[in-house]
Amino acid sequence: MQKNEVYLDNSATTRPYLEVSSEMQRVMLEKYGNPSSLHRRGSEGERLLQYSRQVLAEILGVSDSEIIFTSGGTESNNMAILGVARRYRKRGNHLITTAIEHSSVLEPFNLLEEEGFEVTYLIPDGKGVISPEKVAEALTPRTTLVSIMHVNNEIGSIQPISQISEVLRERNPDIIFHVDAVQSFTKLPLSPKDQGIDLLSISAHKFHGPKGVGALYLREGILLEPISRGGGHEKGLRPGTENTPGIQGMALAAKISYRNRKEKMKKLQSLKEQFITSLKTKHPWIRLNGPGKEEGAPHIFNISFPGLKGEVILHALEEHAIYVSTGSACHSGTGTSSHVLQAIKLDQESLEGAIRFSLSHLNTREEIEYAISKTNSVIAELKNFFHATR
Amino acid sequence: MNRLLLVRYGEIALKGKNRPFFEKKLLQNIRYSLKGLEPFEVLFQRGRYFVKISTENLSSAQRRLQRVFGIVSISTVTQSNLDLDEICRNALETVKEIYNPGMTFKVNTRRANKKFPYTSPEVSSAVGAYLLKSNLNLKVDVHHPDTIIYIDIRGKKAYLYSRVIQGLGGLPVGVAGRGLLLLSGGIDSPVAGWLALKRGVEIETLHFHSPPFTGEGAVNKVRDLCRTLSSYGGKITLHLAPFTEIQKELRLNCPETMVITLMRRAMFRIAERLAIKKNIPVLFTGESLGQVASQTLENIVAINAVTNIPVLRPLIGFDKEEIINIARKINSYSISIRPFEDCCTLFVPRHPVTRPQLKELEKAEESIPLEELIDRCLENIESTIINSGHERSERGQADAEK
Repeated sequence: MQKNEVYLDNSATTRPYLEVSSEMQRVMLEKYGNPSSLHRRGSEGERLLQYSRQVLAEILGVSDSEIIFTSGGTESNNMAILGVARRYRKRGNHLITTAIEHSSVLEPFNLLEEEGFEVTYLIPDGKGVISPEKVAEALTPRTTLVSIMHVNNEIGSIQPISQISEVLRERNPDIIFHVDAVQSFTKLPLSPKDQGIDLLSISAHKFHGPKGVGALYLREGILLEPISRGGGHEKGLRPGTENTPGIQGMALAAKISYRNRKEKMKKLQSLKEQFITSLKTKHPWIRLNGPGKEEGAPHIFNISFPGLKGEVILHALEEHAIYVSTGSACHSGTGTSSHVLQAIKLDQESLEGAIRFSLSHLNTREEIEYAISKTNSVIAELKNFFHATR
Repeated sequence: MNRLLLVRYGEIALKGKNRPFFEKKLLQNIRYSLKGLEPFEVLFQRGRYFVKISTENLSSAQRRLQRVFGIVSISTVTQSNLDLDEICRNALETVKEIYNPGMTFKVNTRRANKKFPYTSPEVSSAVGAYLLKSNLNLKVDVHHPDTIIYIDIRGKKAYLYSRVIQGLGGLPVGVAGRGLLLLSGGIDSPVAGWLALKRGVEIETLHFHSPPFTGEGAVNKVRDLCRTLSSYGGKITLHLAPFTEIQKELRLNCPETMVITLMRRAMFRIAERLAIKKNIPVLFTGESLGQVASQTLENIVAINAVTNIPVLRPLIGFDKEEIINIARKINSYSISIRPFEDCCTLFVPRHPVTRPQLKELEKAEESIPLEELIDRCLENIESTIINSGHERSERGQADAEK
C-alpha cells in the first residue's frame, strides 16, 4: 500500500496478502502441472487442490468432498441457483430470494422467471433485514429453493440465517437453502452444518485472496444441473482445468484472514462505531443507512449525505488518498440508483448522496482516524458549497 | 500475386483550382492513418490512389482507410501486366476469393489505354470464357450477376477487383481550416466534432472539468472520446480547463435557476479566448435546439451573446435518436454513456431558467470577479495531443513488454 493511502473499499475488493501473491507465484512457476495429468507434475497439482479443499472445508466445518472450486462469487451463485432450480423443477417451480441480493443472484432468478419459474423477492425492513416470519409467509408447497445473502454488500445488514433455516426445516425439510456468504466468509461465524445451509458461495478476493477464484459449498446429497459442460472436473459440476495458483492463494488467504477472527472483528466494530459517532456529532443532518451502528457487519456501513452527490464526495476523499464507494452509481437523471438503498426506501436525495465505507482488518487505527478527520472536513466544505442555495 | 489497395475520392474532383491542395491533404491523411503498418507506399495516379502494403496488413489498412474522410470507396485490386493470359489467370484468382459453387458472374472491362490491342468487350469475353473453362462451378449472368469482375486497363497495367467498399465521403480533414470543439462527456458533442471533421475541419477540443468533484473517470472518458475522433481526424489536441473555481463562485453568489446559463456563458468566453490565442476562427458545439432546458432558443441567444467569433452547431436540427445513431456508428456512444459526473451534471437546478433575461444575467455576473476567474482558468489549461486508438494500443503493448 502506498504511504498515507487509506483503502476503505474492501467490499469491492481487497488487496491480496503479500504471502498470497508469493505463494501464487511459486505455484505458477513450480507446480504448474495439470492436476488431471498422470505424471509427477500432475499429481503435485492434485495434491495442492486437496490441500486447499481441506483448508476451506475445515474453516466451514464441512467435508472436503463438499467444496467445489469456481471462478468467484458470481459463478458460485449462478451455479447454485440455476443448478438447483432446474434440477429440482419436478418438485416445484416456486423460488424465494430477497430484493437486496447481489446482481449475480438476482440475474439468475430473472432468467429463471423467463424459464417459467415463479420467484418471490422478499422486501427487507428499513434496516435491511429479512425476518424469518416473512420467509415463512412466502413459502408454498411448490417452493424448492430459498436463496438469501448473509451480509449485504452495500449496507452491511446481517440476515438471520439460522432462524430462517429453522423455519424452512419446520415447514418442509426438502427445501434447499442457498446462502451468498461472499461478504461474511472468514469474518462472521459460519457453520453450514449447524446453520442448516445447503449451498454457500464464497469469493477469494473479498478476503485478501486473488481475483477470479471462489468456491461453492454443496451439501452431500444435493444435486445440481451443471451450467457448463466439459471434461468432468469438480465432479462434472464445474469443468475446466483447475486454477491451481488461484485456489492455493484462496486457501492461504482464508487461513490468514480467519486467524484471530474475533479480535479482528472486535477492532473493526469499534473503529466503525467511532467513525459513525464522530461524523454524526459533527454533522447531525447525515443519516446512517440500514442497520444501527451496534448492529450489522463490523466492516461495512453506509451513510447518506442528503443534498451532496455521492460521486463528488468520493472524488473529494480521493484527493486525500481515501478510497470509498458510492452507494449508487447514479448519473444525475439518467442512471439507476442502488436497488438495495431503494429497497430500504431512502428518499431521492439520500440515494444520490450515499457513500459506502468498507473496512478490513488491515486498516490501522491511525488510518481510520485520518479518514474520519478528512471526511469531516470534506463534508463541511462541500456542504458549504452544495447547500448554498437550498 | 501483386495486390494493392485502390482508393477513390469523390467530391474533391469538383473543387476546381483547389484540387491539387485537396489531393495533397488527402495523401497526407492516408499516410497518417496507416502509421504503424509500415512498410507501405502511397502512389497518386490520375484521380486515384494506390496503396502498396504487405499482404498481412492489407485488411487492417482497408479498415483504417474506411475512416479517412474524403475517400469514397476502396477496393483490393490485383495488378496484372498487359497480357491477356496473365489477366485471365488473375481473374480466376480474384474469383476464387469470393467463390461460392454455382455463383453467377459477369466481367466488366474498361480500357483507358487504347494501345492495348483488344477492345473492352473482347477482353470481357476472353476472360469470361477462361473462367467458364476452369474447374469452378460458375455461370454467366449479365443482368443480375452475384458478382462482377472489374478489369481496369490503364497505363502499363491492368487492375482486377470484385468488391467496392464504401468510404466515408466528405472532405479531407484539414482542407476547410480549423475549429475548436467544446467537448463534454456527453453523446452530442463528439458527434458534432465528427461532423466538423467530415467537412474537412481540423479540430482541437476543449473540455471543462471540476477537480476534485469530477474524477479521473470523467477525464479519461474525454480522452477516449478524443481518441475515437482522432481515428477519423489524425492528431487531436485536448485542452483541459479547470472550472471548479468559477463554478463555486457562480453557485455561491448567483441565483440557482441561472447557474447553468451562467456556466455556459463563462465556458463560451473561455473558449473564445482560447480560440483566438490558438488562431482558430470558429467554435463548434453539440447543441441541439430544445433538447434540454439550457438549449432553448432564448438560452442559445443568451449564451451566444458573450462571443464574437462564429459558433457552429452542426446538430441544431437533429433529434436525439438521430444523434445516437451517428454516435453508435462512429463508436463514441459506448464511451459517452459511461456514468461519471462531469462539470455540467454536478449541479442541476430543479428548474433551470428557459427564458433568461440578458440584463439579469449580466447583473448576476457582476457579483463575481469574472474576468479574473477566466484569466486564471485560461492560465491553467492543460493541453495534450491525443493520437488515434491504433497507435495507443501499439504503445500499450510496448509498455507491457518492458
